[in-house]
Formats: sequence, structure tokens, C-alpha cells
Amino acid sequence: MNALLHHAPVLLVAVPLLGAFAVPLVGKLGSGLRRFFVGLIALLTTAIAGYLAASFYAAGASPIVYVLGGRLSLPSGMVAPIRIMFELDGLSVFMMLITALAALAAVLYTSSFWKERSGATLKDSLMLLLIVGIFGMEMTGDLFNFFVFLEITSIAACSLVGFRVWNGRSQEAAFKVMTLYTLSGLFVLLAVGLLYGQYGGLNIAYLATMIGSGAALVDKIALGLLLTGLAMKAGAVPMHMWAPDAYGEAPGAASILLVANSQASLYGLFRVLFTLYGSAYSPQSLAWILIGLAVLTIIVGVTMALVQRDLKRLIAFGAVSQIGYMMLAVGVGFAAMTALQPSDFGFVALQGGLFHMINDAACIGLLFLAAGIVIRRAGTRDLQGMGGIAHDLKWTTAFFMLGAFALAGMPPLNGFASKLMIYESTFRLSPVLAIVAILASILLLAVFLRAFQAAFLGPRTEPTDVMRPVPISMLVSMGLLALVVVAFGLFPGFFVDRIVTPAAQALWSGRDAYIQAVMSGMGG
Amino acid sequence: MTLGQVPFVVSALLVVIGLYALLFKRNLIKMVIGVSIIETGVNLFLVTVGYRAGGQAPIYTYSDPTTLRVLPTPQALTLTSIVIGLATTALLLSFVVFIHRHYQTLDAEKIKELKG
Repeated sequence: MNALLHHAPVLLVAVPLLGAFAVPLVGKLGSGLRRFFVGLIALLTTAIAGYLAASFYAAGASPIVYVLGGRLSLPSGMVAPIRIMFELDGLSVFMMLITALAALAAVLYTSSFWKERSGATLKDSLMLLLIVGIFGMEMTGDLFNFFVFLEITSIAACSLVGFRVWNGRSQEAAFKVMTLYTLSGLFVLLAVGLLYGQYGGLNIAYLATMIGSGAALVDKIALGLLLTGLAMKAGAVPMHMWAPDAYGEAPGAASILLVANSQASLYGLFRVLFTLYGSAYSPQSLAWILIGLAVLTIIVGVTMALVQRDLKRLIAFGAVSQIGYMMLAVGVGFAAMTALQPSDFGFVALQGGLFHMINDAACIGLLFLAAGIVIRRAGTRDLQGMGGIAHDLKWTTAFFMLGAFALAGMPPLNGFASKLMIYESTFRLSPVLAIVAILASILLLAVFLRAFQAAFLGPRTEPTDVMRPVPISMLVSMGLLALVVVAFGLFPGFFVDRIVTPAAQALWSGRDAYIQAVMSGMGG
Repeated sequence: MTLGQVPFVVSALLVVIGLYALLFKRNLIKMVIGVSIIETGVNLFLVTVGYRAGGQAPIYTYSDPTTLRVLPTPQALTLTSIVIGLATTALLLSFVVFIHRHYQTLDAEKIKELKG
């Protein structure tokens, strides 16, 4: 194994971290150089992620463990492993790919402006920091480090929402989001403290073996705290109020990273549910709580999107509803897995839910990026003040339409491929739930058609911004996401087999392999 | 209830008081104080978890092998969490300053541009 591949997991965190703190320095030398530097860091990070993923899948998708630290040997003869580790299984690598896609699109999009705005250096720095946190959350094998990375994403994400201090609304949103993020972080920390007090360890694999002997009351309390905290940060109903504010008030490129951040919290939830507790404690009631929250999230997200007049808030509520689809699918998978006789539709549900995560990142991202251009061109975010964008911005119009159709689950786009898997498997568990999910999807299509009609069609309104073409890098960034939307829609089988199935496998039956990868090399 | 359990009860009380402030106070500064109190409660809990009566700090290389040594992990966790707490509190307060600048009020009920 070569050195670069060996150190890839830690480089994935180190490169953007160094980049984030170097950005203000490089920015002193000129804004052109800074954009080049940020782009370079993003490309490098994506390349490392791609290389790591490629070799991971080539090696048969067995978990990779990267150890920081080693063992402590005291003169008294006592030897103890003192180390922190990254652990990557199919699910982590899959999430890493989503993050890399979102990061590349966001940085490309932001690398050119119609005009340089104040706070751009800060934004670049915070975006890289957010990427660091998300990668860290997805790769770490240590519960406390998970909390640390969670807080890094919280601080970076809230600063991104609120860095435009001249705008009162963004401050209001940032305060709300930060309060909720901090609360969710403290719930997680309290659970970490409880588990540490009980078992004296922080390693996820180690804790999983200890909980493996049957869950005590403390374990159940810790599980409740972890699930509450992570569901809150993922934006599930009833704690979804922060999500439209955050997505709506953040700049376009940051919104896509915020979506990736919510998905990382969802990843944490799955990791806790399937790996940390998994077969040791997985009551059916938990699956039904998850499914109930998911259905509520879908319904609330779609109905709230219906009444929005603000384009970005409309898309943001769409994003909330998609979190519901992922939770629904994984809830169905969990219900099928924990049933007395596990049925294989649960595996399809897991595949569908995870596949929907990458699809959602691509099409919601596409919508947010297109909306950013539309809002800047129209000079307003109110749908009633817009109109006729399609006359001037042909590519943006096409990308927005593609994103909207994909999100609403129209064939042959990627949203259809994953939603079909979700509908099929949910129908096997409960036909009513599947019907609710399908109806919500149709309603979502209506929502986006209305938005499309209001913003893009109709007579040309007087543009407030200077009439200049959309920068190439923004088009390239949207083109990248559009490519994913189309490719994943046309060849779903190809991508599901290669990247989604190992991830679903990690949830379905990968708990022992995850534990073994750490515990077998323990040696005392 | 023994004396050793008192810190656990106090940390639970702190978390509850903080949650109360966060949920029922309308003043933004008081909400930040609430978050800060929850943080203190959690930190106190972490320190208490790590406490071993009669234990020695594991910093002496040639200490007596038979003495009870305390694993420094909870202390390290608490330190990290205090630093993170400082950053989040500072960020929250700076948002409050800017909110006051824009709306001339700290009453959460009156700051309602983002609704629905």
C-alpha cells in the first residue's frame, strides 16, 4: 500500500483545514490568487477523496482503519492503546463521495462573481472549514471526535449563514441555527459522557462490542440523546424550523454545503442506530418512531413549500421534505432488519434511501445554485417580483428545470430512480405510507412548476443587475451536478451496484466487520 | 443519596435550568445564558465521570506502580468542550449584537422577519 493511499483519510481533513486558515493570508495577495488557491484546495481534496474511494472499492470494500497515535507503555509494564482513529466502511466512503461532490460544486460556483463582494475571503475560509468538519464526521471512528467535528460544522455553518452582518434577516437566522446546533451538540456530548462513564471508552467499535452484551438503562438514555441531537441537526420535524432559515439566508454556494452537512448528521444517526447499537438493541418501536418522524417531515416540508413566496425558502422546504424520504427509507430498512424474519425488501429500502442522499445533494444543489443566479439577476427573492428569466439565462433555466423535475421524481432523472426504490420497499411494509410519499412527491412537482412559471416564464422584467452573461465557472459547477442528475437517472443500476450497495451492506450486515476491523488489531 | 452523587444531581439540575431559560425566556441574552448553563452542566458531568477518589494524575513517569492513576481522557474532553463552548458563546453573542443593531430590540417575540 503506497504512502499517499495510506494517509489519504487524514489528508482529506488536513488539506482543507490548512487551506481554510491559509485563505486569509493568500487573500492579502489579491482576490484572483485567493480564488485560484481555494479552487486548487477543493480540487486536491476531491482528488484525494476520489482516489481513496476508487482504491477502497477496488480492494473489495472492506473497512479501512487509520490510526493516529499508538500505544502507551509505562515503565511499570502497563501497556495501553492510546489512539484516535478514522474508520471508513462502505457507508463512510459513500458519504465522503457526496461531500466531495458538494464541495467541488460549491467552490467552483463561488470562484467567480459578477462583482467582488465584501466578506468573500471569509466565505471561502468558512466553506473550507465546513468541508473539513463534514469529512471528519463521516470518517471518524471515535465518538468524541465525532462531537468535535460536529461542532466544527456547527460553527462554520452558522458563520456562513450569518457572515453578511449588514443583513438583519441573516443574523436572525444565524442566531436561531446556532442555538439549535449548540443544543444538539450538547445532547451528543452528554450521551458521549454517559457511554464513557459506563464503558470507559470512546471508540465506536469498542463501545459497540460493550453494548453488544445487552443494553442497560444508561445505553437507552444515551441512544435517546444521540438520536434527538442528530435528528435535530439533520432538520427532521419537529425541529426543522432552523433549516429553511439557514438554507434560505446562506449564500447559494453555502446552501449546498449546508445540505451536505445535514446529510452528515443523518449519517451520524444511521451510524449510531445500525453500528453502535445495531443488533444489540434495536426495538421495532424505534423503527416506527423514525418512520413517523419521516412521514411528518415529508408532509410538513411539502405543505410549507406550497405556501412560500420566497424562492430560496421554497427550495429549502423542498430540501426538508427530502430528508424525510431518506429517513423513511432507512426506517423501513430498520423495521425489516429488526423484524423476527428479516425480509429482503429492507435491503432495497436502505439502498433506495442512501441512493436518494446523493441524488438529493445533486438536485437540491442544482436548484440552490440556479436560484442564486436567478435572485442576483432579478434583484429580489420574492417570486411575485420575478419573471421572464428564461429569456436571458437559457442554461440556468434548463438547470433549474432539470433539478426541479429530478427532485419531484420524474423519470428518467436520478430522483425517480431512488424514489422508485423507496416506494417499492415502503409499499411492502405499509401501502399507506407509500401512497403518502407518492402524493407528497406529486405535490412537490406542483410547487416547483409554480415557482418555475413565476420566475422564468412571462414577460421580461427590468433586470436590476448589469446585463452580463453568467460566469463560466458557475455554469461548469451546475453542469457537474446536472451530469450527476442525468447519469444517475439513466444508469441507476451501474451506480447502485458500485457505490450504493457497499454502503447499504455496511448498514444491513456490516456491523461485525466494522467492529472486527478495529478490535482484531487491538493487541492489548 | 451519598455525597458522591451530589455532582451528578447538580449537573442534571444545571441542564434543566438551562433548558428552561432557552425555552421560556424571550430575551436573546438570557437564551445565550441558558445555552451556557447547559454547557456548564454537561462539563460538570464529564468531570464527575472522570473523578476517582484517591487517584493520582498520570504525569509522573516514575511513580509507584501500585498507586491508583486517573485516566486523563475525561479532563481532556472537558477542556476541549470548554474551548468549543467559548467559541459558540462568542459567536452567539456576536449575532445578538448584530441583531440588536438591526432591530433595536432583544425581544425574541419582536424579531420575526423569518416566519412560515
